[in-house]
Amino acid sequence: MSDTPRPTLPGRPWRQRLADGLTYLALLVGGLAVAFPFYWMIATSLKTHEETMRVPPTLYPLAPTLANYAKVWEAAPFARYFANTVGVALCVTLGVLITSSLAAHAFARIRFSGSQAIFVALLATLMIPFEVILIPDYILITRLHWEDTYLALIVPWMASVFGVFLMRQFFLGIPTELWESAALDGCGHLTYLFRIALPLARPGLSVVAIVTFLGSWNALLWPLVVVTRRPEIRPIQLGLAVFTTEFGVYSHLIMTAAVLTILPVVVLFLLAQRQFVESIARTGVKG
Amino acid sequence: MRNRVLRDHATAYLLLLPTLLLVGVFHLFAIFYAFYISLHKWSILKESYLGLANYAALITDPEFRQALVVTVWYVIGTVPVGLAIALGVAVTLFRPIRARGFFRTLFFLPYVTSLVAAAAVWEWMYNPDYGVINLLLTRAGLPPLRWLLEPTGVFRLALDPIGIALPEWAAGPSLALVSIIIMSIWSGLGFNVIVYLAGLGSIPRELQEAARVDGASEWQVFRRITFPLLSPTTFFLVVIAVIRAFQAFNQIYVMSPNDPTTRTLTMFIFQEFYASSRVGYGAAAAMALFVILLILTVAQMRYGQEKVHYE
Repeated sequence: MSDTPRPTLPGRPWRQRLADGLTYLALLVGGLAVAFPFYWMIATSLKTHEETMRVPPTLYPLAPTLANYAKVWEAAPFARYFANTVGVALCVTLGVLITSSLAAHAFARIRFSGSQAIFVALLATLMIPFEVILIPDYILITRLHWEDTYLALIVPWMASVFGVFLMRQFFLGIPTELWESAALDGCGHLTYLFRIALPLARPGLSVVAIVTFLGSWNALLWPLVVVTRRPEIRPIQLGLAVFTTEFGVYSHLIMTAAVLTILPVVVLFLLAQRQFVESIARTGVKG
Repeated sequence: MRNRVLRDHATAYLLLLPTLLLVGVFHLFAIFYAFYISLHKWSILKESYLGLANYAALITDPEFRQALVVTVWYVIGTVPVGLAIALGVAVTLFRPIRARGFFRTLFFLPYVTSLVAAAAVWEWMYNPDYGVINLLLTRAGLPPLRWLLEPTGVFRLALDPIGIALPEWAAGPSLALVSIIIMSIWSGLGFNVIVYLAGLGSIPRELQEAARVDGASEWQVFRRITFPLLSPTTFFLVVIAVIRAFQAFNQIYVMSPNDPTTRTLTMFIFQEFYASSRVGYGAAAAMALFVILLILTVAQMRYGQEKVHYE
């Protein structure tokens, strides 16, 4: 949107100016309050342990040092946690994209009995809070002997009703003629899906991918329950949560670990802001 | 022709198979299984059938009741206050100002930040001795507080200094819970702002301009035109925010794992299941949460159909 000022009504420019001034003041104060935790996280990560224990605390690091970053890297296997999370999040995201696209195509372009009923049943599962399925799903995982494996972190979440719903909307937006003429030319469902429908539904794919990836990256409760005995398969959030308990008083190290944890997502967000904001405004889903 | 229909059915169900299998097992079957578990004495393994005894025990369990009260305070604290702040920010950002994109990004940033990392930072800021919040309070001439470590109700804390001693039932949510609520509002703000901005963008400008030409003040324009026309957006956000508030876990787990005044229903379920291995009892509490949410959501939908103004 443009930055052109709103036309002011004659006779009240001073009110306009006052309103603008107050607006900027409010935004500045609000913005500072919102940004402050990020500043404090970074500032603390650059302090020494002695400096974090000063009363009253220092508002900025007196002698900024990056030493904490090296220390954190040694104190806990964060590289491993990162690799685990990236691997898990990529598998989950790829899985959701594939399963959702297949199912969405069936709902959008094939007439079959039970289509309506199944679709409604799927949508109804969106009402189930995660805490309710946590216990039965954990027991299912133990029956499958999947506890403390990557399978437990990945497989249950490789399908997403939200993904199916969204991709179906996008597929319905593609003119039917495209599918009809493709079918006349002897083009099968999968060929149509991968050659024609998915390239046209790319915005939908990116919404589903961003929301799924973010949810998987930030998940804590499920990993906390299914990964208990093998620290080497912990995803990053669980690694960070454990680190905060183990290193309780070493706030400089905890803040350093927190900076490391959010850095990849923040960088990704700043690079692809528009897609992030639109995806999330559209969905309201967070893991 | 018949062949074609058969083939279409086969194809459709084949395409649906992965989704149906996963959602069917880990969501649909899971909810019936949760109910089955809740009918049993079940610690690590199934022990004996109890019927509805777990539910009966829940009703008389003071800890469960406290968890309900804490959850209600948490919802009251995060939803109306959080949405009011978000609406204010959105209306401000909607004005034709400079650096709008910058502020939008800034307000959204907490939302993409993991709750675990954010909670760790807030816990550190709330630290009574080394925390920056008490530093700012004392600089401003106010008394320092114990924040996450303060189990006393905020109403009692506020009225004690002027000599009014409130009874226990009127003490209000603990300062520890309010501290978590403040952090949660910060964390969810960006999402609410973005959705409100989208809502504001869909309101026809002509109505507001016409009212201004007729001499209506900015407040009147907001009160009589903008806010009523935003009601579908507000409604959507309230429904989502209530569901989310009932399910909040990560920040509470990190910031205040063992304080009963901050133990919400979700924490209660988690602790029964995880720490105490009372799986059947935890499942019963989870079913209770499900029923409460279901009733609330249906009630909101009903109310929405009557009151929400759609164009």
